[in-house]
Amino acid sequence: MAALLDVSGLHAVYGSTRVLHGIDFSLEEGSITALLGANGAGKTTTLRALCAMIQTEGAICFDGVRIEDKATEEIVRLGIAHVPDGRGTFVHLTTEENLRLGAYVRRDRRAVAEDFERIYGYFPRIKERRHQQAGTLSGGEQQMLAVSRALMLRPRLLLLDEPSFGLAPLVVREIFDIMGTINTNEKVSILLVEQNAAMALDLADHAYLIETGRVVFSGSADEIKRNDAVRHAYLGY
Amino acid sequence: MITASLVTAAPAATNKRRAIGVAAMLLVVCALPFVVSNYHTFQLTLVLVYAIALLGLNILTGYNGQISLGHGAFYAIGAYVAAVMMGHWGVPYWLTVPVAGVVCLAVGFLFGLPALRLEGLYLALATFALAVSLPELLTDKHFDQWTGGVQGIVIVKPDPPFGLPVNQDQWLYFFTLAITLVMFVIGWNLLRGRVGRALIAIRDHPIAAEAMGVNNALYKSLAFGVSAMFTGVAGALGAIAVQFVAPGSFTYFLSITLFIGIVIGGLASISGAVYGAIFIQFVPNISDQISKAAPWAIYGVFVIVCIYLMPDGVAGGVRAIWRRAGSRRAGAHLRD
Amino acid sequence: MNAFLDQIFAGLATGGIYASVALALVMIYQATHLVNFAQGEMAMFSTYIAWSLINAGMPYWAAFFLTIAIAFVLGVLVERIIVRPVERAPVLSVVVVFIGMLVIFNSLAGWIYTYTIKVFPSPFPKQPLHWGGHFVSAHQLGAVGVTLVVLALLYAFFRYTSLGLAMRAVAQNPESSRLVGIRVGRMLALGWGLASAIGAIAGMMVAPTVYLEPNMMSGILLYAFAAALVGGIDSPAGAVLGGFLVGVLENLLGAYVVGNELKLVVALVLIVGVLVVKPSGLFGKVHVTRV
Repeated sequence: MAALLDVSGLHAVYGSTRVLHGIDFSLEEGSITALLGANGAGKTTTLRALCAMIQTEGAICFDGVRIEDKATEEIVRLGIAHVPDGRGTFVHLTTEENLRLGAYVRRDRRAVAEDFERIYGYFPRIKERRHQQAGTLSGGEQQMLAVSRALMLRPRLLLLDEPSFGLAPLVVREIFDIMGTINTNEKVSILLVEQNAAMALDLADHAYLIETGRVVFSGSADEIKRNDAVRHAYLGY
Repeated sequence: MITASLVTAAPAATNKRRAIGVAAMLLVVCALPFVVSNYHTFQLTLVLVYAIALLGLNILTGYNGQISLGHGAFYAIGAYVAAVMMGHWGVPYWLTVPVAGVVCLAVGFLFGLPALRLEGLYLALATFALAVSLPELLTDKHFDQWTGGVQGIVIVKPDPPFGLPVNQDQWLYFFTLAITLVMFVIGWNLLRGRVGRALIAIRDHPIAAEAMGVNNALYKSLAFGVSAMFTGVAGALGAIAVQFVAPGSFTYFLSITLFIGIVIGGLASISGAVYGAIFIQFVPNISDQISKAAPWAIYGVFVIVCIYLMPDGVAGGVRAIWRRAGSRRAGAHLRD
Repeated sequence: MNAFLDQIFAGLATGGIYASVALALVMIYQATHLVNFAQGEMAMFSTYIAWSLINAGMPYWAAFFLTIAIAFVLGVLVERIIVRPVERAPVLSVVVVFIGMLVIFNSLAGWIYTYTIKVFPSPFPKQPLHWGGHFVSAHQLGAVGVTLVVLALLYAFFRYTSLGLAMRAVAQNPESSRLVGIRVGRMLALGWGLASAIGAIAGMMVAPTVYLEPNMMSGILLYAFAAALVGGIDSPAGAVLGGFLVGVLENLLGAYVVGNELKLVVALVLIVGVLVVKPSGLFGKVHVTRV
């Protein structure tokens, strides 16, 4: 089975600083894959590179289509939804308007209406606050909103950048559980960047460890959880 | 981001090269009035005048980040001070220049105080209000006996002193040149020292500057005052050169022209004042020659094209050329 | 008392024009953090185009709507050809580009149409309306009406349509907008087109009163700019309110305080006074800078 996402030899630069030095990884359809590593390892950069938000070299293949030369807006239309670090919420718009924007590129109005209901089902608190200004939501709710907005695209692939950032562990648990459910029910593949390796490994099927812009280890989540040496060296626990 | 042309420690060879360059330029500049016509000498005098004005505006906007769309007002005040003193009180022309400077220093400082509350667009509007208001005040009936109302004041062209073998235009050129050099030296000393650094710090990060002990309010108001002083001196010199002041010469368009001058010349750059002065003096003439029917349209095109080619002004463009030449000389071993 | 109310109403009529232009300025400012100083000249130029169409025999309303369409296209072209290449330049450089545009439009209008003033027709009847002891110019009433209709349409557009929502999103957060698939460049062009169209409407409403000539809009732009600032440069509602306020202020100053020559000066001084007291304008967001 061909991978949904196949990345080879990915280099990325910010101005004149090279941040990624040839990353290779791939992702099977329907799986949850985690990119783990310390601060500054290049995980967020990898996600931004996938969405053409920075300059890259190398090959990125999504569902058989080479996307490294496409613009962000086009990549979104191919079915990749990116929840950036910091959530990227439109803070001055209402919750509902944020969700409407998530479905901006879709033409199937009835299906979009259905999706609203489904997503409100996953995140009832979002439904409660749908007419509220998005910037007034709590951190956890904003994260839920950010994920909901991404799901309104009906993406094939969901990119999550540090969803646990700044959130209490219970809230993170709640969100991760819902992610797992969504992955099972909706068959949305997930690429998860996380500093909280323990929680990520509980959710993910596979994981790649990144250090200073290179992949240093890869394997199934179970393998990594069992491999003490790797965990100590790269994940700090 | 605008980077100021700070003078850093340079090796002796570069200093020597720079000194030779400056000397050569001075030689050319002094020789010019003898090789070109009187009218061109007059135009060059105006270039010098504008250079002083632009240096003044640059101190405020380029180095200190306070936008002024009203500096024409200070130019006008300086011009009228000179005209009134010469026309009504028979004061010798050379004395009017420092007086104009002092008057404008005070007026600028006073204007800078309420301006402390405003920033960016709001300050731009406030200064533009000044630019629009001044011609109205100058034509107002209450001040007619001083300002000469709409007709303005005519000034007698000064003669060269001590029977020097130069004509009036040439003398005015050298007089203006001397003052230009003095003002630029003052400006240079101001900007490369503590004051300059404080101004730049306030521009780039006012909170950090205040936290480091810079008295923002004082420096910002002083910047307004000093900037107005430079422009007022320029105004006085300009009035003497043109021999005439009238409200019609000092509309808001002058303020806009000065603003265009510093941006095209190069913000936060001393040489930028000279490039800008050359632009605002000559490009309108060139535009007129290209098209008598719509000269300002041509001027507008020149302005836009200049910004396209050199978004950081001519000074920025020159810096980029030097940098490229320098890095090539430094060698490829510095590359990754 | 009658005369006073007349002045207020006249002020509201011109205020509507200022409100429209101020709104156009704020729209572009929200999307790009730039004030388009050439807005007035573009509006003037569009009004000349309308004049040409009417002169060639086209009925008023046909020319009106065609001009709006042409102005829209003009705005899009200006964004693509002149603004897009300098979008990464320093702010003040872009301001100078706008000043350059201002000068070009003004000069072109003078060249093509000469500086002789022209009469621009009003679609509203010439007889004043008699209304409870007042005479109200039908054109003034009509101008206010048109302004209100335009404002209502814009409000509905931004509030209820997808495109309007997308434009608001781009103005607030271009990066997140890309992540939901919005083509940011197109939204900017659209914004410029809309602003230009609004300006054209303002121009066509004001030309019958002040007569059409190349410098027609420069005073209006100044008042509109001041109005936008008084209202708070990032508040569309503030811009509209500011426009009406400034219109009334100008009229009252001109009629009762200083006469027509000095009213601009005094109005500006008062406005600047307001800004010194409330530096972000009456309804602007006070930006709290975090260290």
